[in-house]
Amino acid sequence: MNHYPLWKYLIILVSVLLGLLYTLPNFYGESPAVQISPLRNTAKADGILLQRVEDTLKNANITVDGTFFEAGGIKIRLSDADTQIKAKDALQSALGNGYVIALNLLSNSPHWLTNIGALPMYLGLDLRGGVHFMLQVDMKGALSKALDRYSSDIRGSLREKKIQYLGLDKEGSQITIKFRDVESRVKTEVEINKTYADLSFREQDTSNESHLIVSLKPEVLKRIQDSAVQQNIVTLRNRINELGVAEPIVQQAGIDRVVVQLPGVQDTAKAKDILGRTATLEVRMVDEEHDLSAALRGQVHFGSELHNERGGTPVLVKKQVVLTGDRINDAQPGFDNNNQPAVHIDLDNNGARIFKQLTRDNVGKRMAILLIDKNQTEVITAPVIKDEIGGGKVQISGSMTIEEARDISLLLRAGALAAPMDIIEERTIGPSLGADNIARGFNSTLFGFTAIAVFMIIYYLMFGFISVTALGVNLLLLVGLLSILQATLTLPGMAAIALTLGMAIDANVLINERVRDELRNGITPQAAINAGYERAFGTILDSNITTMIAGVALFAFGSGPVKGFAVVLCLGILTSMFSAVMVSRGMVNLLYGNRRKLASVSIGQVWKPVSEKR
Amino acid sequence: MEFFRIKRDIPFMSWGKYTTTISLVTFLLAIFFLATKGLNLGVDFTGGTVMEVGYTQSVDVNKIRNTLSALGMSDASVQNFGTSSDVLIRLPAKAGVSSAKLSETVMTALRQSDNTVEMRRVEFVGPQVGEELVESGALALLIVSLGIVAYLAFRFEWKFGVAGIIANLHDVVIILGFFAFFQWEFSLTVLAAILAILGYSVNESVVVFDRIRENFRKMRKASVAEVIDNAITRTMSRTIITHGCTQMVVTSMLFFGGEALHYFALALTIGILFGIYSSVLVASPIVMLLGVSRKDLVPPEKKIEAEGLS
Repeated sequence: MNHYPLWKYLIILVSVLLGLLYTLPNFYGESPAVQISPLRNTAKADGILLQRVEDTLKNANITVDGTFFEAGGIKIRLSDADTQIKAKDALQSALGNGYVIALNLLSNSPHWLTNIGALPMYLGLDLRGGVHFMLQVDMKGALSKALDRYSSDIRGSLREKKIQYLGLDKEGSQITIKFRDVESRVKTEVEINKTYADLSFREQDTSNESHLIVSLKPEVLKRIQDSAVQQNIVTLRNRINELGVAEPIVQQAGIDRVVVQLPGVQDTAKAKDILGRTATLEVRMVDEEHDLSAALRGQVHFGSELHNERGGTPVLVKKQVVLTGDRINDAQPGFDNNNQPAVHIDLDNNGARIFKQLTRDNVGKRMAILLIDKNQTEVITAPVIKDEIGGGKVQISGSMTIEEARDISLLLRAGALAAPMDIIEERTIGPSLGADNIARGFNSTLFGFTAIAVFMIIYYLMFGFISVTALGVNLLLLVGLLSILQATLTLPGMAAIALTLGMAIDANVLINERVRDELRNGITPQAAINAGYERAFGTILDSNITTMIAGVALFAFGSGPVKGFAVVLCLGILTSMFSAVMVSRGMVNLLYGNRRKLASVSIGQVWKPVSEKR
Repeated sequence: MEFFRIKRDIPFMSWGKYTTTISLVTFLLAIFFLATKGLNLGVDFTGGTVMEVGYTQSVDVNKIRNTLSALGMSDASVQNFGTSSDVLIRLPAKAGVSSAKLSETVMTALRQSDNTVEMRRVEFVGPQVGEELVESGALALLIVSLGIVAYLAFRFEWKFGVAGIIANLHDVVIILGFFAFFQWEFSLTVLAAILAILGYSVNESVVVFDRIRENFRKMRKASVAEVIDNAITRTMSRTIITHGCTQMVVTSMLFFGGEALHYFALALTIGILFGIYSSVLVASPIVMLLGVSRKDLVPPEKKIEAEGLS
């Protein structure tokens, strides 16, 4: 009756072992580390970089506890926080701007554990300290910017086609063009149909004027919104790289929001500053009339500036700006006619006109595209103009890799925020509070567990001990599962761990009470155990499902810390079902199942009412 | 050891009048306090800024208040938080003021008067975010309630679903009543606690309902009241022990969890205490009031045997 087939014991054994294995990294703790990752895809984290890093640290007399290659970066483990700062400073000055050098923590767990993907739980910002921002993209601003561009383009087209118009007004989400007669309006319609696939229009004639109301097509509207958010995310990522944050999170939340999480960042002022800044993109001509070497010695011609190209080559650039970045509609990596990597740039009408003029006058010369970000100017690329370029489709190619093409187009697109953003939520947790929170969560769980264990063992004796062991397995599996899933553990999440323990014991109490009940009714112990488990199971299932409903709803509607609570609650219910029912039953079966003549079980006193005769 | 040595079934159902009166009175009181005093909503829901700062030694709250007034933030609330060296500053949401700069300004000013001050936590929630959190919180409460009713109705019968949810919403209202009466801060984590309690204390009703169903099968001659009395009596020891165990953990949270988990644990405590009461003494009378009968739960004979085998 109380036997488990071998496979059930094996399942229990395997899951407990897996739980142990994946819980293990949490005990090793973490040590300070410095993380070095290249800023752009073009620079690789390879043996050469590693050599440079090691040499730099050796020269600075810094002893390294270990180096680790990882996807996209190198991590150096150091003995203490002071060395960590020293190492960061040394590397920063040696490697320069092309790399993100961030302080990080590295798990102390042995290699073989890391290799099988066993990592410590991923701690949320409220436990490790850091900043959380939620930014709202100002969609109205993005649309208005787009409309501005279209209205100036339309003005240009009308002028070019010599169509007379009375005025052009931007109102809300539409542009109204006024004409004296129907004829010019019809001409304009033809022109718009031909050149502006993104626009739709309707006519509105008054007694003496003829109006054309132009608006963006709905799908274009959506595209502009999507790309505005995407572009802002890319821009934010680039900027955050400068902050030297180890594991930043930048992701879209909802239609028009972006969540930024910067673990370990304390200087919120700087973070906010960097997130909110506006960068600009400029096209200028390279100054080839003046001597570069003279400029390098400090004699820069007054009409020019000296800037560095990516990779460090200095370029002398004229001060006069010929084109600004808001004329760039899009930039994508691709290939040219010879199948060489290239960057395709799409300019708006006005930009195309200016660019046509510029290229016609300067065939054979070099132009430079500059990114100006908070007084830091960088030449993204400085190609030679080969031919006159009309139509606004520009292609930059030659001597670049696919990765470089991707980098450049990203920078061109991400030079500036597509739309203004506001911080609508901020949560900053200092490091001391984070550490306190971990201790609080840990102590709550520890003392709660101990109290339950003491009570259960006194009250139910052997069955109590079995219940507590099952509860321990539950905790082990829960922590193991959280480590495997790398779900974010927050303080409410830790509270949920404690709470699920308190709630999980319910299943065992139900079972134990049921077994006692059956014994009270005078059944043999073996039958009582069996009946107790069987009967209690339905109830356990029911009660867990109702808690699960609450957990799922919390997950669906909760935000941030509450979501963390919900995740742990739901996982805890699943593990508790397994441990309370299967693990405890397995132990009971092992202990009592083989005794044919079981006279009594150790489940504490089973009291029988005297008045039974009634 | 055995705590509960109950010789005879306790006639809970005959106390229906009293228990219903008690429930009604507490419920109405809770509504009254909610209406008159209202909830002390935290920054999550109202929008605004909360800053927790720590000093190395105990600090004069009035001095901080003056510093803030000098900055033109006389509407700031300043109070000690946990210890005398920790201070919580609340700044209401203001239109037009860049929230991002606000906390920086405050910190700079505080540092000027005492440079041992350490920034522990800043929370800023924009007004539109606050509104959304209220909305999604209410929605979550609604969905959980409906989900539980639907589940109980499916698993038992609609009368149990209705009784279960009334009993537990009664708990929720009472918890809210406590928060209104004592003006404890109602934050997102408290909301999470309330929803968890909703799911948790329904368990209680489920256990009793399960027994009621079982008893309807076994006690063929007993009246409905007797059936329910027996079900409650026999599940009583489990109810008390389970809740006692959960409360042990929650108490541990109350003592060791610090300020951050204080109200969370408090909400759970009230929820657990009233959960015991309501699922026993509110849910079951309502089931009876709704006129539950053997027919509702016990299917025709054939089916019983089929289930009996499982």
